[in-house]
Amino acid sequence: MELLIFYMFAIVSVAFAIFMIVARKPVSSAISLIGVMFCLAVFYVLLNAHLIAALQILVYAGAIMVLFLFVIMLLNLREKQGAISYHRTALQLAGVAVFCALLVPFMSMVTIPGTSGGAGVSADFGTTAGVGKLLYTDFLLPFEIASILLLAALVGAVALTKLKMK
Amino acid sequence: MASIPVPDISLGAIAPEITLALTAVVALMLEVFAEKKGRDHIAYISLVGVIVACFITFRLAGDPSWTTFSGLYVVDRFGQFFKLICLLGTGMTILVSVKYNKDEGIDNGEYYALLLFATSGMLFMVSGSDMITIFMGLEVMSISLYALAGYTRKRARSNEASVKYFILGSLSTAFLLYGIALIYGSTGSTQIDIIAKAVSSGSGVEAVLDLGIVMLMIGFAFKVSAVPFHMWTPDVYQGAPTPVTAFMSAGPKAAAFAAFFRVFNVAFPSLQADWWVIIWILAVATMTVGNVIALLQNDVKRMLAYSSIAHAGYILVGFVAGGALGSSAIMYYMLVYTFMNIGAFAIVTVVGRKGEEKTKFSDFTGLGYRYPLMAVALVIFLFSLAGIPPTAGFVGKFYIFMAALKHGYVYLAVIGVVNSVISIFYYLRLSVMMYMQDEPGEDLPPLVFAPSLIAVMIVAIYGSLWLGIMPAGYISFAQSAFLAL
Repeated sequence: MELLIFYMFAIVSVAFAIFMIVARKPVSSAISLIGVMFCLAVFYVLLNAHLIAALQILVYAGAIMVLFLFVIMLLNLREKQGAISYHRTALQLAGVAVFCALLVPFMSMVTIPGTSGGAGVSADFGTTAGVGKLLYTDFLLPFEIASILLLAALVGAVALTKLKMK
Repeated sequence: MASIPVPDISLGAIAPEITLALTAVVALMLEVFAEKKGRDHIAYISLVGVIVACFITFRLAGDPSWTTFSGLYVVDRFGQFFKLICLLGTGMTILVSVKYNKDEGIDNGEYYALLLFATSGMLFMVSGSDMITIFMGLEVMSISLYALAGYTRKRARSNEASVKYFILGSLSTAFLLYGIALIYGSTGSTQIDIIAKAVSSGSGVEAVLDLGIVMLMIGFAFKVSAVPFHMWTPDVYQGAPTPVTAFMSAGPKAAAFAAFFRVFNVAFPSLQADWWVIIWILAVATMTVGNVIALLQNDVKRMLAYSSIAHAGYILVGFVAGGALGSSAIMYYMLVYTFMNIGAFAIVTVVGRKGEEKTKFSDFTGLGYRYPLMAVALVIFLFSLAGIPPTAGFVGKFYIFMAALKHGYVYLAVIGVVNSVISIFYYLRLSVMMYMQDEPGEDLPPLVFAPSLIAVMIVAIYGSLWLGIMPAGYISFAQSAFLAL
């Protein structure tokens, strides 16, 4: 069952990814990227990482993609003029193929016997409660540094855009 | 519901960082609520925050090393030493900024807040004993720096610097993060001492680990601007406001080197035989490219940018040498470099005058006669950067090359010495221009020496000379700092 869902969404996500690259309209590209993001969220659920799945949809498919669409609309990007050059597409596909060919031996190197079943992972791994517990105990310091990071980013963004300079 | 065990948390350990962050917030508040004239007080309050952080760091330095926050943060002499360097850089930068910012119309509280945020990020990075702490500190530092580089918004060069730094910086961060993820995937931890155990016992997955280490190295090499990851440096250094350039060349570099050194010497000492070759190549390329291209520059800020690349190369020499000798040489060099480099940039802001940046070599002609004291100061900084005795730069280089020789890296030391000979040419060229050429005929308004700038120069001259004449105390402090690592 799990495998079936995985393959279904894997095929869909690859299809979306390919469509994203070859689509003529920037908006269609962006929309198919959202599709890819959703499929990735499904993979996270299959991997038992519920929180990351939710965040994937909220942050990537939601916030970041809206930003993308806004930028596309603000810049008023039109459909690419003329036909897509098939030379370049072929070249890109060749690049992808070479990359995959390189990946295969690498993957065979990293398969560790005995860890494929998720052994050694606690029961609440990846759940919201589990991640929350870690964030507020072991990883409290990075969590707090993140607040400084956000404040600094906020101040920086305002300073670069809105501040009145003499 | 089961109770959650609370880990050990020692806020005292991160008191310097807390002080800086709070001072930054105070600076922001003062910007909003205080009346508009006389904004200098924000700068001086920030300076007080830095000095307080210095004292706290100094008091923490005596203790033997201990970890807190479930092993994510370590308090040791190595970290405290680098923290003091970062704080010194920030303090001097604040003093350089006071007058410059007023001239440029950017004397806002936000500027100082960003400086302080960046510094707190550096301190976290220096003391992080976990990849995640190091990464978060690095991000706080980088994000603040991206904004600071573009702070003179009206100037196209400054915008260019900010955008370039942001895009290339994000890319390098991605490399670093990918490296951390791969190392985590291989060893099952982000904590550097646990990684060390996994690596030396060979329980990690080797291919993934190696790839992770290489990615990590690329990320750090970008942050310390080692060749071939240096492309951003000249443009960013030239475009950013001069005090920000001074800041970037000292503190963030020291912090990046500290994290680089800590990660590689604590987490991967058992693989040293593999990675020293890469760092050796990086060191040679960085020294040579930096020095040779610096010869061709006609802009002082750009020349100093390439010289800072070259100096990163010398520090990498100490990195290759490693051990107590190499690391204390790095620490001493970083300290000296902070003094002499910020001193040189302080003078660049003075010569730059109000509203425009006069940073061409030709803008420095004849200064030796009109402003003899300032010219002497600049000559001291330049000689120190070149490594001519009796300045501190000489002692720093001496220790670094000696460490390389002691550990058997003879060629590396020879290349380093040849490089410092090359570097003397462009440092001397600027000095020669000040003394041996007449000033251009046009009437220029006289230079203005603000008290804060004079204070910086005195501190910088003290550092560049005293550390050269009496280096023993600082060297032994640096050596004791390494032993605690």
